[in-house]
Amino acid sequence: MTQQATLQEVAAQRESNALQKLAGSQPFWVTVAVAGICIVMSMVSEAFATGENVFNITRNFAFIGIMALGMTAVIITAGIDLSVGSIMGLVGIVTGLVLNAGFPLWVGISAGLLTALACGAVNGVLIAYLQLSPFVVTLGMLSIARSLALIISNNKMVYQFGPDEELFFAMGGGTTFGVAHPVIVLVVLTLLFGFIFNFTAWGRHVFAIGGNEQAARLTGVPVDMIKVTVYMASGLMAGVAAILLVGWLGAVTNALGMTYELRVIASTVIGGANLMGGQGGAYGAMIGAALIEVIRNSLLLAGVDPYWQGAFVGLFIILAVLLERVRGKRSG
Amino acid sequence: MALLELRDVSKNFGAIRALDKVSFDIEPGQAVGLMGDNGAGKSTLVKIMAGNFPASSGEIRLDGEHVQFHKPVEARAKGIEVVYQDLALCDNLTAAANVFLGREVKRRLGPLKILDYAAMYARAAELFAELKSETRPRDLVRSMSGGQRQAVAIARTRLANSKLVLMDEPTVAISVRQVAEVLDLIRRLTAQGIAVLLISHRMPDVFSVCDRIVVVRRGRKVADKAVADSSPEEVTGLITGAIELA
Repeated sequence: MTQQATLQEVAAQRESNALQKLAGSQPFWVTVAVAGICIVMSMVSEAFATGENVFNITRNFAFIGIMALGMTAVIITAGIDLSVGSIMGLVGIVTGLVLNAGFPLWVGISAGLLTALACGAVNGVLIAYLQLSPFVVTLGMLSIARSLALIISNNKMVYQFGPDEELFFAMGGGTTFGVAHPVIVLVVLTLLFGFIFNFTAWGRHVFAIGGNEQAARLTGVPVDMIKVTVYMASGLMAGVAAILLVGWLGAVTNALGMTYELRVIASTVIGGANLMGGQGGAYGAMIGAALIEVIRNSLLLAGVDPYWQGAFVGLFIILAVLLERVRGKRSG
Repeated sequence: MALLELRDVSKNFGAIRALDKVSFDIEPGQAVGLMGDNGAGKSTLVKIMAGNFPASSGEIRLDGEHVQFHKPVEARAKGIEVVYQDLALCDNLTAAANVFLGREVKRRLGPLKILDYAAMYARAAELFAELKSETRPRDLVRSMSGGQRQAVAIARTRLANSKLVLMDEPTVAISVRQVAEVLDLIRRLTAQGIAVLLISHRMPDVFSVCDRIVVVRRGRKVADKAVADSSPEEVTGLITGAIELA
């Protein structure tokens, strides 16, 4: 009996209590930063805390946030996916053209998402089985997917989406209970990714690969298969974001999503994902994307020249990495 | 009957003969020290037993049954576990997560199968208690001492009904006090009837925990004798070649 009790005690011991854990987590401090900026801005600017502005901010970061979820999975395995912006462009064009040709909505969405999965699978197979560098492979895909978008769209804009056009626009541009649909999708997907990261063997293995790939291999983790699925997940999230974004914009050009990869990676890193692998989370991806958008919005409302936006976002990326370093020193 | 029998095991890498007709037995619950200089063929031998690659020729019998492994997972399924020199641990995961890596315990949640944290923490705590280690299942491996990390790697081998644990230089990179801890862990394994093959450079470690010593030099077995019948001086001579054969 006593033996049993001590075992349970040992099993229940934690290295640090919940509060210490919170204080050591990057997403927590990013949340504090977002809240801080929001409080200050609502005091100095009447336009900030209006329903309309909050609606705009949340919808604007939803697209990046969705893509950041997939990117987080990739970065946790110590990989990188530079192709998400181009995949977004290709998926937007494919979906647009299929709908434009008169097919029903589900066909258009399926075609788009299958395209996204195929791009991700090509990335994943080259990286996992041919052991090519993720940076180079996805850089190649960045170029290829963008080029394919140009080829199949023949450099034309698509703005008519066939019989299900209204439904398509409502999906990306509509609201439910006053919340923009992309925001709802982001929240649902964040919860889903959070669940997968923490409660499935797949999630555990993703972290293991980032922590020590060789160890994961030796202990029987299907490393190659998981790497392929991680890049497919990243592609799929770019596809989902693309379909919602085109529905909201009401038109698609082959420039859709250009340079988005940088904002997506920035969100992921600000949210606490470590480019060396083994660290990151779903909530971090969402809150990282939120911080960038809140900064952008605040600068606009404060009347700062929009040319400064990039400088501020860059500053926060570097601050995030510095914060990470400080935390790493403390725990190491 | 011997647990593991090696009969004339050879391994060629191209024109290089890394192992030349090595034969020896390991009895259940026995600790055997495998010694040899760098490049003598220790690692090659261990990798064949662990399933990293098959032998070029020769036979391996486990419990009298002929076996040939192509992947580490196959060797593990037959009860051969390995503690790798670098321990093969993920620093970013907890002790329990590392113990169960690749063999996670799951429970049903509706149609889904999710990780059973409670069961894994409890079982890991049990294993650490068995090993009399103070390692806590929820601690991150990153913050652990060398001895605790060894305990995690060894606890992993106790998950299934392992019969033989191969340990590759477990005492190389740790402090003196932790070496004693690891040697105690090895004694606990053998006390439970598990055979241990200890690959080590450290003479005192081998002489304090092993029953037998096998020495290899340039791919050949040059000695196989009880620890009681040998001495560190003799073994040193055998490793360097000062003594041809014993």
